Amino acid sequence: MWRYAGRRALSTIPVMAIVALFVFSLLYIAPGDPAAIIAGDQASAEDIARIHASLGLDRPFLVRFAEWLWDVARGDLGTSIFANLTVTHMIGQRVEPTLSLMALTLVFSIVVAVPLGVLAAAKAGSWIDRLVMLFAVLGFSVPVFVVGYVLAYVFALQLDWLPVQGYTPLSRGVWPWLSNLILPVLALGAIYIALIARITRASMLEVLGQDYIRTARAKGLGLAPILFLHALKNASVPIVTVIGLGVALLIGGAVVTESVFAIPGIGRLVVDAILRRDYPVIQGVTLMFSFLYVLVNLVVDVLYSLLDPRIRQ
Amino acid sequence: MTNVNLGRRDVLKLAAGAALAAPAIARADGPRVLRFVPQANLSSLDAVAGTQYVVRNAATMVWETLYGVDSTFTAQPQMCEGHEVSADFKTWTFKLRPGLTFHDGSAVTTRDVLASLQRWMVRDTMGQVIHGRLDALEAIDDRSFRFRLNKPFTKMLFALGKSNAPMALIMPERIAKTDPFQLIKEYVGSGPMRFRADEWVPGSRAVFEQFAGYKPREEKADWLAGGRHMLFDRIEWQILPDPATAGAALQSGEVDWWELPIPDLVPLLKRNKDIVVDILDPLGNLGSLRMNHLYPPFNDPRARHALLMAVSQTDYMEAVCGGDDSLWQETASFFTPGTALFTEDGGGQLKGPRNYDAAKKLLAESGYNGEKVILMVATDISITKAEGDVTADVLGKIGMNVDYQALDWGTVGARRSKKDPPGKGGWNIFHTWHAGADCINPAAYTALDAGGAKAWFGWPNSPAVEEGIVAWYDAADAAAEKAAAAAINRAAFEDVVYIPTGFFRQYQAWRGNLTGVVKSPFPVFWGVQKT
Repeated sequence: MWRYAGRRALSTIPVMAIVALFVFSLLYIAPGDPAAIIAGDQASAEDIARIHASLGLDRPFLVRFAEWLWDVARGDLGTSIFANLTVTHMIGQRVEPTLSLMALTLVFSIVVAVPLGVLAAAKAGSWIDRLVMLFAVLGFSVPVFVVGYVLAYVFALQLDWLPVQGYTPLSRGVWPWLSNLILPVLALGAIYIALIARITRASMLEVLGQDYIRTARAKGLGLAPILFLHALKNASVPIVTVIGLGVALLIGGAVVTESVFAIPGIGRLVVDAILRRDYPVIQGVTLMFSFLYVLVNLVVDVLYSLLDPRIRQ
Repeated sequence: MTNVNLGRRDVLKLAAGAALAAPAIARADGPRVLRFVPQANLSSLDAVAGTQYVVRNAATMVWETLYGVDSTFTAQPQMCEGHEVSADFKTWTFKLRPGLTFHDGSAVTTRDVLASLQRWMVRDTMGQVIHGRLDALEAIDDRSFRFRLNKPFTKMLFALGKSNAPMALIMPERIAKTDPFQLIKEYVGSGPMRFRADEWVPGSRAVFEQFAGYKPREEKADWLAGGRHMLFDRIEWQILPDPATAGAALQSGEVDWWELPIPDLVPLLKRNKDIVVDILDPLGNLGSLRMNHLYPPFNDPRARHALLMAVSQTDYMEAVCGGDDSLWQETASFFTPGTALFTEDGGGQLKGPRNYDAAKKLLAESGYNGEKVILMVATDISITKAEGDVTADVLGKIGMNVDYQALDWGTVGARRSKKDPPGKGGWNIFHTWHAGADCINPAAYTALDAGGAKAWFGWPNSPAVEEGIVAWYDAADAAAEKAAAAAINRAAFEDVVYIPTGFFRQYQAWRGNLTGVVKSPFPVFWGVQKT
């Protein structure tokens, strides 16, 4: 088991190296120049060229890439061109809101979606099944920002239960922290719940048709133990896969959700950095997200082997 | 069957409008904290190395200038006690007022002033003029210093006190020695508010805290002049990139002041009795259609004139301001309407009915033969997007082959500085706008400069405009300045330096419990209080 996990962990190193090269190359060829943004509207072409040179952006690609890679290898993601703050510091400032948003969304989505999917499969063809699938279609179809605005309209503006925007750190109390996150989690969770519920239903339907389930029923086992102890465990590999793949969806959705609810998270950091062409920040955050994604996939791979030991061989 | 198209903007209105009907859970902090939503993200804080307005607006709280312009554009003493000038305007001697202290506790001395002015003179247009005439900039003692010039310069006080970026901000010597083309790394000023770098979350929040060591002048505050009495302990800038969120936050009382509400939400805000909506910047903005004078077709003045006689400022302004006619006016001038140098001399071709046939004829005479015209449009900014769409339509009407390139401002901002041919990474046209405060005279008006290769993007070459600018700098009185401005306006239209697309203003919105908000081309925080 540990050898398997170690082998999978080692395989992430070349993946991260390719991601690093890809990110750096893309930014190198992308149009735009942070010097033009710093210089502002009144600056001349000569001013921009001077600032460009002072930032070291006129040096050859390979020199810049090698320097950056060396720094990254030593744990230094660089310094923001604009704010003169280290990228690590800027990520550190914003990691709590994003992790809070993503973790809560993930937990909330799994807790809601898996039972919904199981229920829909158990009652396949009934009105409950149709209702769950209707919700799943809506969750997929309605953009996150629309869900966000509607939730803000109802719960923040009409009912006055929750704040419109912002984030309160957990250190200032659980309720203030939670009150700022409830609406974003609901908005971001909608699509994720839809995705997991559909996969759970499909996977469960396949398993529920197996002989051993029929045997369990024939032995007089109750519905709940059959569904949740026998069927769900065997249906869980595709569900875990989708949860893992869905992290990418969550990262993309977090960018939009953080903008709509003005949460100072990493999603907004990277959007701002892209608009300004703050290369070190874009590179650092993208690398971090990529690492996170690779890590999630690693965890999913390890979970596979726990759920189905045949995969280890 | 009826199709219902619910666009993003409709949803924005729905969400923001709902706040009219209900109170919200969170309110801005007590009366000693102001929560302000700026026009853009404060991504850096150096108003000498950079010229972004949002940076300038923050800098006016943290740093001071030796002089400061008031609402009549007259420079009044601010950090200075006063000055003496020789009869020939070649020697300017200044004395700092006593008790000036930086936020790190050190006293402001002439060493700091000289280093700050040296850095500023490299970056600022007026500073460069002073530098070109400079024999010496020298300290007399810790509080007195002087400029010795080899040519008269009458506009010294305006140069030192203007609000246009780059401003002549005074920083500690160690910071002012930063390369003028690099951003400073320490934010220590002597202004009424300290910048809390430790609380800065770029893209989300910037915090300014009252500086206990600040001694305001005794005169009444008037823009950058007079006593800057701060009535808040903290001013928190909250960056809210989503306009619907900003609108809802203002209506629910989570923020106090929104600098740039989008026109779509203004009617909703106006209907809220707890919110004041008004035009605070009386100097507004001048829309600009910028052509590349280096390459065909616009290297030929006839092609530029063809476009000048085809465009309609009404079309541009309606596209920019929507249905609110009170926000805009046509103007056949390169100068800000309502200011001393405003003139429409030579601008006749921009007025009256548009003549597409004459434009087509002139275009043909210029040798244009259907080549692609690259129109760079920054679609992420509503003003440039609206103006770009209007221009694409006009170019089509006069028979030009338009290559409409939808880009973000980050790309346009960089690409417009490229002098490459349009087919090889260059461009033919882009849109921007200039703050009216920058267009009151030629001093900070880089877009008016027509010195060819050294001019602003588009690189217009008009010796007559350049002569007019020199005449303005050398003008000894208001009448001479006005005559110079008229000459500049005529020449700028004759050579079509750029095409002004109209004069427009924008609203600001704030909670009704804020008092002391004044009309100014930049947000004035001193004198404002919350009840």
